[in-house]
Amino acid sequence: MLKRTPLHDSHILLGARMVDFVGWEMPVQYSGPIPEHMAVRQAAGLFDVSHMGEIEVCGAGALALVQRLTTNDVAKLRDNQVQYSTMTNEQGGVIDDLLVYRLNEDYYLLVVNAGGIDTDFAWIQSHASTLNVEVHDTSDAFALLALQGPRAEFILQRICDHMLDRIPYYWSQQIEVDGISCRVSRTGYTGEDGFEILCHAADARHIWNRLLVIGHADGLIPCGLAARNTLRLEAAFRLYGNDMDQTTTPLEAGLAWVVKLNKGNFIGRDALQRQKAEGLQRKLVGFEVMDKAPARDGYPVVINGQQVSVVASGSYAPYLKKNIGMVYLPIEHTVVGTQFSIVIRGREVPARVVETPFYKREKRFD
Amino acid sequence: MVNTPEDLSYTKDHEWVRISGEQATVGITDHAQQQLGDVVYVELPKAGDKFEANEPFGSVESVKAVSEIYMPVSGTVVNVNSALNDAPEKVNTDPYHDGWMIIIKPDNPATLDGLLTAAEYEDYIKEEAAE
Repeated sequence: MLKRTPLHDSHILLGARMVDFVGWEMPVQYSGPIPEHMAVRQAAGLFDVSHMGEIEVCGAGALALVQRLTTNDVAKLRDNQVQYSTMTNEQGGVIDDLLVYRLNEDYYLLVVNAGGIDTDFAWIQSHASTLNVEVHDTSDAFALLALQGPRAEFILQRICDHMLDRIPYYWSQQIEVDGISCRVSRTGYTGEDGFEILCHAADARHIWNRLLVIGHADGLIPCGLAARNTLRLEAAFRLYGNDMDQTTTPLEAGLAWVVKLNKGNFIGRDALQRQKAEGLQRKLVGFEVMDKAPARDGYPVVINGQQVSVVASGSYAPYLKKNIGMVYLPIEHTVVGTQFSIVIRGREVPARVVETPFYKREKRFD
Repeated sequence: MVNTPEDLSYTKDHEWVRISGEQATVGITDHAQQQLGDVVYVELPKAGDKFEANEPFGSVESVKAVSEIYMPVSGTVVNVNSALNDAPEKVNTDPYHDGWMIIIKPDNPATLDGLLTAAEYEDYIKEEAAE
């Protein structure tokens, strides 16, 4: 039996096509991946991402625990600030990537991937025993909505008294949305401005419906996992399970900016320090296919007649109108402009390494 | 609503076939394009290529998926719709005309009689949906 989010019935009413995503029955599309993708780039889109997990860490040892489990420097956070990070094993392999919300100095909220909730929770608990700290999996109690796109702030502001322009990028605030208390953060997975709204499961349907109604005139439409994937890929945000897993390190995944080797000890630090000192053997890079055929996840990657890798994430990019993707390549082939081949149904098709992100929005205010 | 023109023949793999003399034009049905969603790439064979009945002769890709397209009857490809190379969306907007994929010369024209009628194909879609 697949798990359902509190918004399941709303998706059915909206005519969504539902699919199994890591054990969750989720909307993959409503009107279609391309119109949904374009709505987020040009107006706004609303996503149900309630399948994501929420793990709360509280108590006097909370900072010490999160600091030990994650690669970014949690001590740098102030109340209500949010941080992107990775959780690594002793070998430096990525157990999950996550957002760390500091609610107060003894209270942290970790938002983790749906597929990782159980293993993450067990891993976190197994390291909590010696510290004065409580760890709770509160995933079922909460729903998470993502309102993304250039019109997102304008739409949300109409049902919020709190001035949203006072919430900077990667900060959050506990505020009322249409009279309902929510944790609203300026975060997202699309490469656009926007918010993620964490609310109690019972309040999700009201907020979802209200946003769709008041945002309709501004071009807001519901968006599914297909658009979420193409949007994140254009922005070169990594997808756990595709672009990294326990066999790849955050350094190899191009996430050195969330690995703070000087913050003090953390799980995986020695391995990551060693890898940094010895130099990377391979690295995740962005590529563009020089052909009309999209290169998809798992397609073989060939250099000089030898298979060196497979496509980690690959798709047609609806806004850029190109076929793009991410792939791990031997370090000597990772320079921008380097050409290699991707095998598409038996045919070797040329591709080249390009700068990431593939898409970067124009900053309008700062 | 799914459009299933009466003057065409159909396959259980969701291709349509327009028979004219010794040749037949092949594409994918309105139902198929709706299921697939926005088409971003169509891979087609070359004129002169030969395929057996039910053998894949190409593929059609949406953002999410790749689907193979199957030969309705054994035969030789005599023409391909190269316009789909630059405008694959024609498969969505006009599946029965501008979105055509290949023209074939069947090895045995009599095999075309074994294809589904529009009514039979519509029944088949309903059965598939009920499963």
